[in-house]
Amino acid sequence: MEESIVLSAKDLDLYYGENQALKKINMDIPERQVTALIGPSGCGKSTFLKTLDRMNDLVQGVRIEGSVLYRGQDIYSPKLDVTWLRRQIGMVFQKPNPFPMSIYDNIAYGPRTHGIRNRKQLDEIVERSLRGAAIWEEVKDRLKKPALSLSGGQQQRICIARALAVEPDVLLMDEATSALDPISTTKIEDLISELKQTYTIVIVTHNMQQATRVSDKCAFFLLGQLVEFGDTAQLFSMPKDKRTEDYITGRFG
Amino acid sequence: MKAAETKSKKRILYDRTLRILLWTCAGLTCALLLLVIGFIFVRGLPNISWQLLSTQPSYRNDTIGILPNLINTLCLIFGTLLIVLPLGAGAAVYLTEYATNKKVVAAIEFASETLTGIPSILYGLVGMLFFCNFLGWGSSVRAGILTMVIMVLPTIMRTTQESLKAVPQSYREASLGLGSGKWHMIRTVVLPSSMDGIITGFILAIGRIVGESAALLFTAGSASVISNSLMQTLSSSGGSLSVALYMYVSERGEIEVGFAIAAILMLLTLGINLAAKVAGKKLKK
Repeated sequence: MEESIVLSAKDLDLYYGENQALKKINMDIPERQVTALIGPSGCGKSTFLKTLDRMNDLVQGVRIEGSVLYRGQDIYSPKLDVTWLRRQIGMVFQKPNPFPMSIYDNIAYGPRTHGIRNRKQLDEIVERSLRGAAIWEEVKDRLKKPALSLSGGQQQRICIARALAVEPDVLLMDEATSALDPISTTKIEDLISELKQTYTIVIVTHNMQQATRVSDKCAFFLLGQLVEFGDTAQLFSMPKDKRTEDYITGRFG
Repeated sequence: MKAAETKSKKRILYDRTLRILLWTCAGLTCALLLLVIGFIFVRGLPNISWQLLSTQPSYRNDTIGILPNLINTLCLIFGTLLIVLPLGAGAAVYLTEYATNKKVVAAIEFASETLTGIPSILYGLVGMLFFCNFLGWGSSVRAGILTMVIMVLPTIMRTTQESLKAVPQSYREASLGLGSGKWHMIRTVVLPSSMDGIITGFILAIGRIVGESAALLFTAGSASVISNSLMQTLSSSGGSLSVALYMYVSERGEIEVGFAIAAILMLLTLGINLAAKVAGKKLKK
């Protein structure tokens, strides 16, 4: 089966000051699949995720060499409009971070940012996004309530809905369930499996079961290197690299 | 058993003593404040009359009126805030959100903190030498306004900066992650979340302007005459209420007028602060 590639890293090096956090990463992320990045803490998986929508720009002293192509365009090219890129590539963070506004305003934030003012249109987007994040039924009667009054799991789905509201192409999730209880985690995992019909998804996870449950492709990072990348089923059943095997069998990490 | 019992008794005693002590601290603080406020209102309010509020002083009729001082004070407050708020808040936003050289930022923060602690009369001296003498404005309300701007600028900048720093980084990430530009992010997420802190700075600034006498005596002067236009008010000498209080009490022995002015100053500050709080709540939405 021919897969089309959405994001592709080519010889990507990243330095925090003197410290090299990513070493010659080469990786192709396929369309409408879930790609999971796994590895022990500090292995560079979150850093790699952040290079995909240039969130590392916010960190001081970061230097990047090599390139990341999004649908063929170099996203580190000086000509590229970062706000455009981040609209195509949405991000869900580890800790739910809704704005201190109402549920409605949280979801409408992105569309408003991009110039949609029409009330009816916004109502539609809000409903569609909340449905997309499987939280519409829970909040439809209290859209004017502060998003921060919801539970952690609900807040995280609000954040997913907020990301969906700008109609991104790719969704990045940085350990999006690690701060949540098991029931909320299950809900979000189910949601991920649904969302991949429409979106290309990249997740970072510490939870290996989660990686096997939701991902199609899996990448194992260690000490800033991409050790192994392949079909999840294959990577977990017969890893090619000894280090991958040691990690997934729990020998370190 | 016995040892444990005495120990817990000791702890209960200790706990109670401390509680009483802390209660006394809180009680004394409140009592002192209420005493001062009560004293001023009791002595001051009966002396407030329509004539005092609505006329200028006249030697011929031997009457005292503080309307010019009231106008000067309002001019000073609003004139200063009009300049200092955008300037201070803008500087704070730049330093916390845009500036990349952390060392320079730390140096500026340290310098402005030092400036907040400088006795106001030094600002008065500098203001007088520069605005009144060097620029040749003489004693004028506008010289007073600009001196006040310099004086409260560090306060406004520091309080705004602290409140900007208290906004969680995750809000910024979330906003940028949705494709906002930097200024859009600041305007829609950072500034609304730090509104409380900005309002606090605003209120502190008003307090300093209303309470200032030394620096204003040097720069804005002490005249009590009503001008025909705003421009004329700004360019001529004008004493604020605090200055007038000082003048009436120390030079003419009018203690009663002094108390009346004090009561008016308190009411004025209270009114502006309340308005600021209400406005802050509205702006937050």
